[in-house]
Amino acid sequence: MSAEAMQSGAEVLLRALKDQGVDVVFGYPGGAVLPIYDAIFNQNAIRHILVRHEQGAVHAAEGYARSTGKVGVVLVTSGPGATNAVTGLLDALMDSVPVVCLTGQVPTHLIGNDAFQEADTTGITRPATKHNYLVKRSADLARVVHEAFYVARSGRPGPVLIDLPKDILIGRAPYTPPVTAHATYRPRTEPDPVQLRRAAAMLKAAKRPVVYVGGGVVNAGPDASAALTRFVRETGFPCTNTLMGLGTFPASDPQFLGMLGMHGTYEANLAMHGADVLLAIGARFDDRVTGRLAAFCPDARKIHIDIDPSSINKTVPVDVAIVGDAGRAIAGLAAAWAEDAAPVDRAALATWWRQIDEWRAKDCLRFTQDMTPGAIIKPQYAIRRLHEFTRAQAKDVFITTEVGQHQMWAAQHFGFERPNRWMTSGGLGTMGYGLPAAMGVQVAHPDALVIDIAGEASVLMNIQEMGTLAQYRLPVKVFILNNQYMGMIRQWQELLHGSRYSESYSNALPDFVKLADAFHATGLRAETVDQLDDVIREMLASPRAVIADIAVDPKENCFPMIPSGAAHNEMILGPEHEDEARGITDEGLVLV
Amino acid sequence: MPGPDNHQLRSATISVLVDNESGVLARVIGLFSGRGYNIDSLTVAPVDDARGQSRINVVTSGTEMVIEQIKAQLERLVPVHRVADLTREGAHVAREMALVKVLGTGDARVESLRIADSFRARVVDTTIESFVFELTGATDKLDAFIELMRPLGLAEVSRTGVAAIARGSRTI
Ligand SMILES: Cc1cc2nc3c(=O)[nH]c(=O)nc-3n(C[C@H](O)[C@H](O)[C@H](O)COP(=O)(O)OP(=O)(O)OC[C@H]3O[C@@H](n4cnc5c(N)ncnc54)[C@H](O)[C@@H]3O)c2cc1C
Ligand SMILES: Cc1ncc(C[n+]2csc(CCOP(=O)(O)OP(=O)(O)O)c2C)c(N)n1
Ligand SMILES: [Mg+2]
Repeated sequence: MSAEAMQSGAEVLLRALKDQGVDVVFGYPGGAVLPIYDAIFNQNAIRHILVRHEQGAVHAAEGYARSTGKVGVVLVTSGPGATNAVTGLLDALMDSVPVVCLTGQVPTHLIGNDAFQEADTTGITRPATKHNYLVKRSADLARVVHEAFYVARSGRPGPVLIDLPKDILIGRAPYTPPVTAHATYRPRTEPDPVQLRRAAAMLKAAKRPVVYVGGGVVNAGPDASAALTRFVRETGFPCTNTLMGLGTFPASDPQFLGMLGMHGTYEANLAMHGADVLLAIGARFDDRVTGRLAAFCPDARKIHIDIDPSSINKTVPVDVAIVGDAGRAIAGLAAAWAEDAAPVDRAALATWWRQIDEWRAKDCLRFTQDMTPGAIIKPQYAIRRLHEFTRAQAKDVFITTEVGQHQMWAAQHFGFERPNRWMTSGGLGTMGYGLPAAMGVQVAHPDALVIDIAGEASVLMNIQEMGTLAQYRLPVKVFILNNQYMGMIRQWQELLHGSRYSESYSNALPDFVKLADAFHATGLRAETVDQLDDVIREMLASPRAVIADIAVDPKENCFPMIPSGAAHNEMILGPEHEDEARGITDEGLVLV
Repeated sequence: MPGPDNHQLRSATISVLVDNESGVLARVIGLFSGRGYNIDSLTVAPVDDARGQSRINVVTSGTEMVIEQIKAQLERLVPVHRVADLTREGAHVAREMALVKVLGTGDARVESLRIADSFRARVVDTTIESFVFELTGATDKLDAFIELMRPLGLAEVSRTGVAAIARGSRTI
């Protein structure tokens, strides 16, 4: 083997990353990965972003990945470095985000000895990753790295971890170039044309169709969203998005019904309930979406497009299963639709739209903002204003969120026109996701406007990343809807536990303005409705990182809401609509 | 798709051909325990040294929808080459082996030997007060044998779990 082919393991690793097109790594050093840090020191191709906590590194990589479509890369040390990364890995797994996480490990001869900072990292992360590797031989190193990238981005994307014993990093290793195929992992991307024709015929015959689109269409790339938009417009069908799918179909399009599910719109959920044909694309029939399964879309024949066969017929049996990439399947479906000679039942569709418009007329997201100076700010209003101001910006706008009511209000009131602009933790619901995710987005898009719509409780879970923002001059805007409560918890306690607000008050909050200042950022505060616009304006104009602490109504609840265990047509609409909160069954109480 | 709204439980014997790498068994077992699937029997051994492949045989039970889900979940594991639902894909042979230790003297000892003979179990170890029988067959045959040995001094059982293969010329 030539001398060049036998670099140190750490050098081989970096070369493999470079050949995979990696330009940035989010990481945190430690003893086991020092050889990698040494190799990083000696090169310029890959930029390293030093986070303040390993969980932040993974969320940053997720933000980077979801906003670019590329694989996000994380580098952490053994033991506590690896365990700190676990929440992020599971988050990426649940939301199908492609991430490669490199963890240091004690040298191979010490594995199993309870060595210093040893953890059974592959054991711990097996159920938190799509796949993981422990590299035991230098000869495998380059191949494993290339394979990890292939697995992370192919099929249903997800996090892949590579555990790297220190002796492997130090010892010489041969280099092998990237691979584009795999002996066993070969997910199907090309849809079956027979199923596509069946689906097209079923859609042509539909009288009350709904198109239900999820995060898989984001995963399929921006072209898939464009194809979806064309197809939905061609059919004239109504379209709804999951939380993860927002942006795949333009929110401003008249055919858009808004988000569906637990905090979805009245029209989206009732359309699902009344549909006779459901077209699900890259969506996984999550329990937050279906509500009570026995009452989910009771009259609909169902078509499901998904790249992962295990997503199909998992909880909801479907009539036409199409395994393949959403982009290709939508293109194929559009072609099959055009070829199918059957006419669309325009009259039935018009009746269906009249019904939907009636539901829409409820204006289920309505809220009342008192505009008198000194009045308290409604959280929904704050988001609407933020949306209006950002729409006027020339910059590309990316929104991340933490988890809670503010996340749902952002989903409901901030209109997304394009995919990859909305980063939120849907499947795991990880508080503390939004700030590091925004950091990753800003690294990938230095000139864009990146805003974390946050809750005052969640943001504290990874607040240390303010330090990273300062170090790299990342002008992320943290827009806190400060209701002084873990609002989502408070809401459930109000509705389900007799208003016993056990431990859900955000006591002893920091002064967020001073906190921003301490982290070399700008702190702003709006306490009343008359101060809101100025704060938003100042935040958007600032070239620096900003924390905008927006005091909002602590009592506001997020509606509509389908209580746990209820069906789509058993939604609670809230005080604006003066309906009764429906009784929640014991069966519903055990659900989360 | 097989009748998914069928709530009846069925048993499935599933064979999985995997790359013989460390952690692969943990992946399969973790999948079953993590997702709450049943494992009634599990065997694993290398079957192709040249290609570095092992075969895992799992006997599980669930509704049709759950079994389809188990197969889909197994198929998406990276080191998995092939998943075969032997119960669904046609006739198959399933066998396991048991070593059964029976302690006793006098009539009980004679009776255990007589029953072993009728089951075509072999005596692979014997002392004055003990036998170790080796018995191969279908799971229910082994179950029946063990039940019969219980009153006759059954002391210990070691079973291999089920190995299964399709009948005829079909291969995995
Ligand atoms: C507080 C809170 C409240 C929530 N409330 C709601 C709510 O009201 N409504 C709601 O919708 N969600 C809600 N969620 C989110 C919910 O938990 C799920 O995360 C979300 O519904 C899942 O979205 P999805 O079905 O689009 O699937 P994703 O998790 O985005 O999964 C994507 C699917 O697409 C498939 N896929 C991936 N790539 C491709 C490809 N290239 N081609 C085809 N298919 C592909 C995958 O296999 C998978 O099945 C809430 C979350 C939180 C934290
Ligand atoms: C790490 C983590 N711990 C606990 C929870 C449960 N949880 C969900 S929402 C929420 C409250 C969030 O409060 P805040 O960030 O203030 O948002 P709000 O609901 O008030 O908008 C909690 C505790 C969670 N999702 N994640
Ligand atoms: Mg709050």
